[in-house]
Amino acid sequence: MDFQLSDLYTLLPEIFLLIGVSSILLLDLFLSKEQRGVTYVLTLIVLVVTSVLPWFFYDADPRVIMSGLVVSDVLGAALKSTVCVLIAVGLVYSKNYLLSRGLHRGEYFSLTLFATLGMMVMISSNHFLSLYLGLELLSLSLYAMVALQRDSGRSSEAAIKYFVLGAIASGMLLYGMSMIYGATGHLNIEAIVSSILSGHSDSNLLRLGVVFVIVGIGFKLGAVPFHMWIPDVYQGAPTSVTLLIGTAPKVAAFAFVLRLLAEALGHPSLHQDWSQMLTVLAVASLIIGNVVAIAQTNFKRMLAYSTIAHMGFLLIGFMTGSINGYSASLFYVLTYVLMALGGFGVILLLSRDGFEAEELSDLRGLSQTNPWCAFLLMIILFSMAGIPPTVGFWSKLFVIQSIIDLGYVGLAVTAVMTSLIGAFYYLRVVKIMYFDANESPINTVKYSAGMAVFAVNGLLLLGLGLFPGWLLSLCESLIESSVRTF
Amino acid sequence: MLTHVIGSLSLIVWLPIFFGVAVLLVGRDGRERIARWMTLVGSILSALVVIPVWMRFDATQSEFQFVEFTPWIETFNINYHLGIDGISLVLILLNVLTTIFVVVAGWEVITKKVSHYFASFLILSGMINGVFCSLDAMLFYVFFEATLIPMFLIIGVWGGPNRVYAAIKFFLYTLAGSLLTLVALIYLYRTAGGSFSISNFYAVSIPQSAQVLIFLALFAAFAVKIPMWPVHTWLPDAHVEAPTGGSVVLAAVMLKLGGYGFLRLSLPIVPDAARELAPFVIGLSLIAIVYIGFVALVQRDMKKLIAYSSISHMGFVTLGIFIFNVEGMQGAVIQMVSHGFISTALFLCVGVLYDRMHSREISDYGGVVNSMPMFAALFLVFAMANAGLPGTSGFVGEFLVIMGAMASNFWFAFAAAMTLVLGAAYTLWMYKRVVFGECGSERVLGLKDVNTREFAMLFVLALIVIGMGLYPKPFTDVIHVSVATVLELASVIKN
Repeated sequence: MDFQLSDLYTLLPEIFLLIGVSSILLLDLFLSKEQRGVTYVLTLIVLVVTSVLPWFFYDADPRVIMSGLVVSDVLGAALKSTVCVLIAVGLVYSKNYLLSRGLHRGEYFSLTLFATLGMMVMISSNHFLSLYLGLELLSLSLYAMVALQRDSGRSSEAAIKYFVLGAIASGMLLYGMSMIYGATGHLNIEAIVSSILSGHSDSNLLRLGVVFVIVGIGFKLGAVPFHMWIPDVYQGAPTSVTLLIGTAPKVAAFAFVLRLLAEALGHPSLHQDWSQMLTVLAVASLIIGNVVAIAQTNFKRMLAYSTIAHMGFLLIGFMTGSINGYSASLFYVLTYVLMALGGFGVILLLSRDGFEAEELSDLRGLSQTNPWCAFLLMIILFSMAGIPPTVGFWSKLFVIQSIIDLGYVGLAVTAVMTSLIGAFYYLRVVKIMYFDANESPINTVKYSAGMAVFAVNGLLLLGLGLFPGWLLSLCESLIESSVRTF
Repeated sequence: MLTHVIGSLSLIVWLPIFFGVAVLLVGRDGRERIARWMTLVGSILSALVVIPVWMRFDATQSEFQFVEFTPWIETFNINYHLGIDGISLVLILLNVLTTIFVVVAGWEVITKKVSHYFASFLILSGMINGVFCSLDAMLFYVFFEATLIPMFLIIGVWGGPNRVYAAIKFFLYTLAGSLLTLVALIYLYRTAGGSFSISNFYAVSIPQSAQVLIFLALFAAFAVKIPMWPVHTWLPDAHVEAPTGGSVVLAAVMLKLGGYGFLRLSLPIVPDAARELAPFVIGLSLIAIVYIGFVALVQRDMKKLIAYSSISHMGFVTLGIFIFNVEGMQGAVIQMVSHGFISTALFLCVGVLYDRMHSREISDYGGVVNSMPMFAALFLVFAMANAGLPGTSGFVGEFLVIMGAMASNFWFAFAAAMTLVLGAAYTLWMYKRVVFGECGSERVLGLKDVNTREFAMLFVLALIVIGMGLYPKPFTDVIHVSVATVLELASVIKN
């Protein structure tokens, strides 16, 4: 594990991103308000380059570098690249929104890039320290971004809630990690694994540590009963920030959970414990998320509850502790972020100066004013509801298949029945767009770059629904080649 | 030619969908004319591509024919696996013909979002063909579920005043049923050693307790779809609120997905459970036939009356399927096809009246024969066919089912035969109140008789209904071997 200079190549994406964000931060000081577009374009360029870089410097077999802090594998490269693309697409969606809300400022872009850096560190960490560092870098950037609209009361409230609850969650996580450290004497994932395997670790302490780690994960993912921050933050934050919180961090969180639970604590004796905890969290999330979403009148808040329900599905895949389950979860998270991207993206596109298209009633008769928009949003909603031929059906199917493989038929029935409840509120949005008379204060969308991205996004969900095979086998090979299971 | 590049069945499935998408893209506002004509061409072409398949179909063979096989999702061994037997073939024929009638029926009537309306029907038609052709359970399920989306939009966008309630009820009701089926299919996938192929499901042996659960899970989907008493309540709402074309497709084709599901999945996959639970299903069918017949009698709304009559007739289908003999099952299939044409015709007749009077209440009419003699004559044919008059297609199916029921139990046949009385009662009484008697109002006197378009579609339907009644042999020949095969599979003991 000695340090070699060539190891730095593997970290080139992160290094490049750090240099990029620092230069943008400095450069922005010398730009006038009219020249802010330069910052925007530079940010996009940095993101695109960073998304390509991981593909040149990864190891086909997982290799631990930097004194055990970082692991270099295909999964990491793929997820880092995905995160950068998601952030970049999110920025394209938000351009007009940022301009009209006075958020088109240097801080916004540098914070976005710092958050991205945090996610990348999380994704390829092999050590509790780097895992936690990445998580905090991400979280702190997001706290600040939620509060970026200083004069909005709701934003500030959301930011405070987010910060307080997020800090508690981090505390819990850290506490759990410290217990695991106490039990095994290590923070390095591989060392923890060998310590557990050797049987020298205190299994009770370890188990207690797992409980706290699960609580931390539950908070970060927004699983019931640790979900309270999600609706408020999603609704209160500026929509462009909601889009950011709702998409890429979920991918990073997937990697985070994978590294922590599957790799570090995946020993069968521990898996038995955490899979039960995850099952409880998952079922509660599915029920609460889907049922409470019915009562919402705010589109953003509804999507927040739907996120909670989707995270329930994600945890179901995890709870299996099998390669199939992890692949199904990876497939789920990748397709889910595509849906969330479109769902929040359309709010950004439809909003204009002084008007936030976030109430469900704002969408009334959208099919008449913006037929194309309504059609694409319909695909996204049916995909979230899991109706074929959209990809949402397959992502749910694969997860359910992975649990039926292990004989959890009851859990599978619960999962599909809650998605029936979920279908109702997604259908209601379709109803509002298609069946209601046109009273919408929404004008035709003139932002063509945003519409183009939205069209690709929506049609991708349909296309993936017709041909999901390649993505699934990709997910499977990523998990198989990278995850070091027991 | 074209079939060398793309299989005949793929063509049957994808041609309507292709035209549907094309209509969506081409037919923007102000270009309704193009949308209409494109749809008509699309629906006629989709019907024409069935003809070579019908000609080349070998009715003596019990294997699936025109099989196409391409891996789709290799990780889970899900394949794009198509193939048909006689039962699929007649239902495909019913579906493509119905689509043409729907297009003609909506020609001038639909003025709002014309291209979307026609495109929905074309896409729906392709998906339904997909259900009838699928030999892979997951492909079957995808098509089966996907049909909900266009129908949901058809009811919700072009429907009546209470359309939102009806559309959402329709969607959730049918989704609730089919989600359990999904779990059952995944369970079967495991039992069959990692394959979704329906013929592998046929071969695998399953313990009795699991069979019963699988049967009930499949039953949840198909009983809701067909629909059986007591899960039929979505149908009258959906029928009443849907536009004429929507009601036609619902009654003529979508209900048959349920009957087809019983024949293709339930019976052959879990034969022991099917035999064990057959008395239960027969009981529900008889309740539907008799009780729903009475319910139909008291309806004041014509569409509701036809909807209840559909449920009652579908009771015949489930009865025929679950008495497990050749006559019964053959009767069930014939009944599905014949009911498809008759209900199409009846809904189109109601549509013709509704377009003129904007009312479906029976009491608003009376004496229509005075102003619309031609219409009255055609309507009579269909009313008689619905009542099961010999010489019409309605008689053939019902007669065969009653014969089959007689072979199994006299009282089943007795209860089923009640429908001949009840069916005649509610259909002809409605006909009498609408068509005969004194003129109900000034407006009825001023009604214009059917125009060429309406006459053409009703006349062709009348020919089909009478033709099928007088000479059903082409249909019975095609399905004979397939029905025998299904029965054979259903008699295997595999627990």
